[in-house]
Amino acid sequence: MADAGYAPQVAGDVRQAAPRHSVTVRLTHWITALCFLLLLVTGVEILLSHPRFYWGETGNVRMQPLFTLPLPASRGSVPTGYGFVLSDQNGWSRSLHFQMAWLLVFAGLAYGIHGLTGGHFRKNLLPAASDFSRRPLLDSGPSSYNAVQRLTYLGVVFVLFPMMIWTGLGMSPAFVSAYPIAATAFGGQQSARTMHFFGTVLLVLFVLGHVAMVCRAGFLSRTLAMITGRARRAKEDS
Amino acid sequence: MSSISRRKLIATGIVASSAVAAARIADRQGLLPPSFGGPFGPGEALTYGAQRLLTRHSLAREFRRDQISQPPHANGRPPKDEAFLRSQAIDFKDWRLAVDGLVARPASFSVEELRAMPSRSQITHLACEEGWSFIAEWTGVPLAAVLELAGPAPQAKYVMYFSFQRSWWDSVDMADALHPQTLVTYGMNGGSLPVGHGGPLRLRVPRQLGYKSVKYITRLTVTDSVKSFGKGMGSSAAEHGYSWYNGI
Repeated sequence: MADAGYAPQVAGDVRQAAPRHSVTVRLTHWITALCFLLLLVTGVEILLSHPRFYWGETGNVRMQPLFTLPLPASRGSVPTGYGFVLSDQNGWSRSLHFQMAWLLVFAGLAYGIHGLTGGHFRKNLLPAASDFSRRPLLDSGPSSYNAVQRLTYLGVVFVLFPMMIWTGLGMSPAFVSAYPIAATAFGGQQSARTMHFFGTVLLVLFVLGHVAMVCRAGFLSRTLAMITGRARRAKEDS
Repeated sequence: MSSISRRKLIATGIVASSAVAAARIADRQGLLPPSFGGPFGPGEALTYGAQRLLTRHSLAREFRRDQISQPPHANGRPPKDEAFLRSQAIDFKDWRLAVDGLVARPASFSVEELRAMPSRSQITHLACEEGWSFIAEWTGVPLAAVLELAGPAPQAKYVMYFSFQRSWWDSVDMADALHPQTLVTYGMNGGSLPVGHGGPLRLRVPRQLGYKSVKYITRLTVTDSVKSFGKGMGSSAAEHGYSWYNGI
């Protein structure tokens, strides 16, 4: 592994424990976590200016929505059923959203290159045939992931994140002018927006499940492992 | 100093100086937005630079006639000023569009005169940054043709455009100003441009989001810098926290 020479300045047997996460995985994990949190907050702010979703190319308050979220809006022109209008946070939200998206793309590229060249995808994420036959699917070993975890991570890395970028670009009038397929692949710019929202829901569910499993496996040891790279033994968790 | 920290220092120096060099090259190539700076400067510069590289000559999608939204959604309310209503009452016969700044021949056109020029009609998507959108057919004179009559100077970098509503003004770079689909629009769906949609004149910039398509335009100013307008951020929207470039 790339960080074979890495020696964290922590005590005793922790140093001798097997390296769990490489430095690239740890760094891009936390950058991704920060980006995702800010993308989610700003995404919700942007969504609040029009909490209605459509399918196809166009959608506005004069058209039948595919569905409407039961939320108040930051625009008085949107019928929501609430008697008040939220304050407009769209300006900075959009700017921060795109800035974090760029940072996430760079982190994703670093992670992707590392995953392909360093063997991370092959060793840690790609399930082996034995994962399906010899072990129960949901049995998580002490230092490895089970098949369901591996497939979930692969789905998030190779399906959900690319889909979020694709559908995000599918809403960009300039990008779509050069690459119409960004929008037409989903049936139009409003479809891309709706898919972007569905992708967000799936990513939030993933994060909830991910954090729940980290807690179940030992929050302190797993979080420290993602910070220092070393796995702690379960008995040290208390 | 240990060798590791020296190596780190050298690496940081290389990264920092190449970032400065990249920014200088990008600026010379017209890949930096005028609003570069502030906490969102890096993101804006990346978006603007990347989209300028990818979309300099791309055309906004044009749609079939049966895809036109019925009825088209008009956002906001038209001006209620007496001057506007007076002009509206006489069918905007006294409405003028002035062209000034870095031009050889400052000019001013009535709506009638603009209608007499070679026109272009296109069925394009108008999307608001809020999330809603509609498709309509827009008819007008390409901004490039209007500018050509005034003779823009070679050092021109931006075209500012000002609305009858004084709180609304914006600007585009020359790539968008000279783009064949950027129209001084006076017609919609076969008729005159309704006041709800910015009539009598609206600048339509179809490769950017709706707020870039300013309604009720009265003046175009060709310039080499946006610094002397308002707070120098290139648009009224930017002064309210919205990005100057909104191709995304």
